[in-house]
Amino acid sequence: MSASWKDPRPMSPHLQIWRWHPAMLSSILHRASAIISYVALFLVAIGVLSIALTGRLPLEGLIYSPLGAVGLFVFLFAFIFMAFAQIRHNIWDRGHMFTAELNNMLSYGMILLALVIAGYLTGSMAAWVQNAAAGG
Amino acid sequence: MVQLALPKNSKVNKGKAWPVKDGGTRMKTFKIYRYDPEKGGNPYWDSYQIDLDNCGPMILDALFKIKNEIDPTLAFRRSCREGVCGSCAMNIGGRNTLACTKAIEDVAGKDITISPLPHMPVVRDLVPDLSQFYAQYASIEPWLHTTEAEPQTEYTQSPEDREKLDGYYECILCASCSTSCPSYWWNGDRYLGPAALLQAYRWLVDSRDQAKDERLNALEDPFKLYRCHTIMNCTNVCPKGLNPAKAIADVKKMMVDRA
Repeated sequence: MSASWKDPRPMSPHLQIWRWHPAMLSSILHRASAIISYVALFLVAIGVLSIALTGRLPLEGLIYSPLGAVGLFVFLFAFIFMAFAQIRHNIWDRGHMFTAELNNMLSYGMILLALVIAGYLTGSMAAWVQNAAAGG
Repeated sequence: MVQLALPKNSKVNKGKAWPVKDGGTRMKTFKIYRYDPEKGGNPYWDSYQIDLDNCGPMILDALFKIKNEIDPTLAFRRSCREGVCGSCAMNIGGRNTLACTKAIEDVAGKDITISPLPHMPVVRDLVPDLSQFYAQYASIEPWLHTTEAEPQTEYTQSPEDREKLDGYYECILCASCSTSCPSYWWNGDRYLGPAALLQAYRWLVDSRDQAKDERLNALEDPFKLYRCHTIMNCTNVCPKGLNPAKAIADVKKMMVDRA
């Protein structure tokens, strides 16, 4: 509606004034995490293809750098969070779990748990890479 | 269509800070959205200070105090003053609710921001144009459809069937839910929105209604029903404590069950 806003009267403010609640945040995060996962999986596919064809991982230096670790963390968070959100959607599709309070709590829980798991996996992988580099 | 920013003619400018009428010990600032179609130009935020010791407890009381004692040009809708008519629905402190049932003390933040229901054409100040909202409500045909001859007395309903309407018939059509929904913001011309869909469900589960299939056919559309992404703003803001998100999910389930 807003893209084709031809009304001479003003449109009342929406996102500009809205006070977000956790369920709304998790809904937007779900969408963002899907986009990140698409892009990340595409990059992983390129990496795997490149190893298969040339025996080398492109941009190896960048991938094993701290920036690469941040990228890995974001990808893992997005992937894990999306999995949680998909499970929640499956439950919703069966007509359950529609209480606002429960969903707000659950949204915080999903974000927190995804952060913890992504952090743990990123840390473990970084340690493994360091170990491998040190010849351990 | 998603457009995160406001159109050019809708950017809200800084307005005027109205002088304090009478000082007090419990002064509270209200930042209120203003738009005067006669003056034209963009809307703006005006701020008013009132003493809470000399004001009723509700947001509507504060609006009356401002209108009666500080600025008589302030426009807003109101009628019943007890959460039944839905006229005074507006955005208060970032959430849609009824000004008459929202206590001033329950609004978070130092200052209280009040604006019209979001993403709607503004008629004046806090008064949005709800024509589209009402047209969408009318489109779900909110009346009893029967194929059989009318009974001699009334249409009967068992207490169990009547119970199925609880949580739905109480909707006062204040539009708080629909105008809180980002899907309705972006696709309000094609998506029916939480209020109309909750009402649609109310007629779908009414045991006396005999047009379930026709009603579902009318909703079978990529936009009318399926733009709901369970963001749950509607359920979070409903001033009557109803659950439009669940009603919409149940309509979707009905679609699957009949397939």
